[in-house]
Amino acid sequence: MKQFMVFVRKEFYHVFRDRRTLLILFGLPVMQILLFGYALTTEIKNAEIIVVDHAGDAASQQLTTMIAASKYFDINASDKSDEDIYKAFKKGKVKCAVVFPIGFGNDLLNGEVAQIQIIADASDPNTAKTLTNYLTAITAEYQQQINPTANIPMRIEPVTRMLYNPELNGSMNFVPGVMALVLMIICTTLTSVSIVREKEMGTMEILLVSPFKPTYVVLAKAVPYLALSLIDLIIILLLAVVALNMPIRGSIILLLLESTLFIISCLSLGLLISSVTRSQQTAMMVSMMGMMLPTILFTGFIFPLENMPWPLQFISNLLPSRWFYVIVKAVMLKGLGIGVIWKETLVLAGMTVLLLTISIKSFKTRLS
Amino acid sequence: MSEKAIVCKDLTKRFGDFFAVNHISFDVDQGEIFGFLGANGAGKTTAMRMLCGLSYPTSGEASVAGYNVFKQQEDIKRNIGYMSQKFSLYESLTVRENIRFYGGVYGLSDKQLKEKGDELITKLGMEKEAKMMVGSLPLGWKQKLAFSVAIIHQPRIVFLDEPTGGVDPVTRRQFWDLIYDAADSGITVFVTTHYMDEAEYCNRISVMVDGRIDALDTPANLKQQFEAASMNEVFYALARTAKRSAD
Amino acid sequence: MDTVTLQNVSKSYGKNVPPALQDVSFSVKKGELFGLIGPDGAGKSTIFRILTTLLLSDKGTATVAGYDVVKNYHEIRSCVGYMPGKFSLYQDLTIEENLHFFATLFGTTVEANYALIKDIYEQIAPFKDRRAGKLSGGMKQKLALCCALVHRPEVLFLDEPTTGVDAVSRKEFWEMLQRLKQEGITIVVSTPYMDEASLCERIALIQTGQILSIDTPANIIKAYPGKLYALRAPKVYLLLKDTRQYEGMAQCYAAGDTLHLSFKDEAKDHPAGLLSWLESKGHKGVSIEEITPDIEDCFIAKTSIHE
Repeated sequence: MKQFMVFVRKEFYHVFRDRRTLLILFGLPVMQILLFGYALTTEIKNAEIIVVDHAGDAASQQLTTMIAASKYFDINASDKSDEDIYKAFKKGKVKCAVVFPIGFGNDLLNGEVAQIQIIADASDPNTAKTLTNYLTAITAEYQQQINPTANIPMRIEPVTRMLYNPELNGSMNFVPGVMALVLMIICTTLTSVSIVREKEMGTMEILLVSPFKPTYVVLAKAVPYLALSLIDLIIILLLAVVALNMPIRGSIILLLLESTLFIISCLSLGLLISSVTRSQQTAMMVSMMGMMLPTILFTGFIFPLENMPWPLQFISNLLPSRWFYVIVKAVMLKGLGIGVIWKETLVLAGMTVLLLTISIKSFKTRLS
Repeated sequence: MSEKAIVCKDLTKRFGDFFAVNHISFDVDQGEIFGFLGANGAGKTTAMRMLCGLSYPTSGEASVAGYNVFKQQEDIKRNIGYMSQKFSLYESLTVRENIRFYGGVYGLSDKQLKEKGDELITKLGMEKEAKMMVGSLPLGWKQKLAFSVAIIHQPRIVFLDEPTGGVDPVTRRQFWDLIYDAADSGITVFVTTHYMDEAEYCNRISVMVDGRIDALDTPANLKQQFEAASMNEVFYALARTAKRSAD
Repeated sequence: MDTVTLQNVSKSYGKNVPPALQDVSFSVKKGELFGLIGPDGAGKSTIFRILTTLLLSDKGTATVAGYDVVKNYHEIRSCVGYMPGKFSLYQDLTIEENLHFFATLFGTTVEANYALIKDIYEQIAPFKDRRAGKLSGGMKQKLALCCALVHRPEVLFLDEPTTGVDAVSRKEFWEMLQRLKQEGITIVVSTPYMDEASLCERIALIQTGQILSIDTPANIIKAYPGKLYALRAPKVYLLLKDTRQYEGMAQCYAAGDTLHLSFKDEAKDHPAGLLSWLESKGHKGVSIEEITPDIEDCFIAKTSIHE
């Protein structure tokens, strides 16, 4: 046991004395979460908007004031003609416009369907979609205000002019995917590289010639990286909550346990890679490139799995990250418990046990 | 020939306040076999790099093959050959492909390449191996081939950095035969080695200690000067005075 | 009983490459300092890896400290010390951390066997907080030796410990080995430097996976076939070329500033014949004398017989 602890301590020395490892360990997740998170996050603040008010009545002015008051929009100009909208769009400064038709207030008061037109610059579909969603939300809020106990259908119907893609995933779905991706890459890369480094340096020869059991070498390698990956996990979760406003609706304990399971499966995969590669470079290539692409393609957070042909769906089922993604979404976003995700958990657990067994078995007690 | 292949005066390389090479001065004649000895970390590699035009001296003067190490590094590179234990040929190319490649790098014409290549292969007795991958040759053969390739363009000087490390004694002798042959044809040979018996093959030897050249003479004179029976004892007597810890 | 034995061991790394070891047998007595002398690629490292249970041989058996290298590999691993050919410690750990790590790994402490490594360790102790990667060649080598000794092994395997190390450090290293021998540790050491052979009690000359001869250095020199002469003249290279042309010449090669040579037929080809022949070729100041061969001469003689 003492041998084991000394080994683990040695691993920590390696990590904390190597800038490259530290960078992968702590720089990479922060960078990736923020990069991926913000690149696809759709929250936009203080977007410039043009309001063309053909109605000019109380209702249209009230709604305009609400739009101006919201943190999402700054009104660029009012009382412009429809022509001006296109000019402004072409300049690229304004992404969105609202047009109140003549008689908007009347229609609203008379219980008819009052229409407003929302025009968005859909050359950036994500932004456009988000902005129209905000406007729709503000409109709904306005309705609520002017008639809190509405039993007659007094409706404002926003008519949106752009291609709207209801299937497009929002940032909510994206963060769990990035979590799976980041954990996968870090765990496999670091473990595989750290073992292959011992082979390259020749220290593996000495370790094997010592009475320390080869199985323990594998486990002693895995333990520090498990601990470090858990720290990573916490960093990722904090970032997700604080920087990307992700909710954690379900049990945090459950989330941590499931993540641990996933981390162990990734570590085992890393061990497996290390026993079939000879140089740190190859190990790095296999773990980073070899794992990154399938994870991005087949986890389901960028390309919906349901639309894939069955052979690809089959492949995706073999990836631990695919199951982990479903679990994280369920726990974080939907607040579901183990009762709903037991099947996915079981699959993930099975994969972990299998990978760990293979990797320990394939670790050689001799050279070559 | 009285022309000097290498002229070095107060050549110095300083890293911060550390003098890796500390005011060394020496001349090497054309066609001479010059042994460049020193303990690990004495500054041999740094000095050799400056002479090969790979790094600039901090101060001092030096000319190699008649070219200035400060201003004419490219000319120097064209007129020297270089071979080290670590620098080897491309393992996944055949013997002939390696010859063609390195000959091509030094601007040999197709006709020259063909002639030189044939000549070299015959000289090394490698007719049968000409189409084999270099990776599959024994170490000694690789080293001999690497040396022959390093002088394929008839450079004025060839720099050899521990060329015979780990090679068996018979092949080592054959390697030195090649060196003698090259020197005989007028090529200056500048060689470092850890084998002290090899040092005695050289016309003259310099021994570096702590960045300085502490001894420079023929092996016979050095042995006399240090009252030693072998170069090994000479080297030991000198290197023992080193204050600097290596690397 | 012999501490290390190899019997008819063969090993090949693949069909298309020549075998690394062919039918190698030798044994090392308890407390002996045994040298494996041969160039790179002779099979020295393969022998070490088989003995330290890192590799399985294709044929033959081997034992270390009475244990079989295949069946009892676990027992062997706790009673041998091994220093691989390449510097194999953790470069990013300090001297002290490396030593402590390996001590614990072998289930012991630095203090328990400090007496054994004291002499060596004290030389590097002033730098104990320096990382191994920043040490000089000689210091690295001393640290590696300390780490291999820290559990007081019965047998110490040193694979080319002096390769690439300068002459001064090499000398010191051999002095350390002599002291360890006094402590009763069996040492098997390999080296490509023939001049180090005389520092071993017994040596095996090895080339391309085959043992050329095994004996004490003195006996190997005694067994040199025929007489060896040293030839001297000012123009060495010309002398070498011309001497090789001489009819009765068996072998002639450079050794430092002299040439070593032997005649095909001692009775016929007297040195005098060679001298007059050389004089006719225009060489002046030529001298010849019979000399005692060194291990390198023996090695060259053995290899040429082998070929």
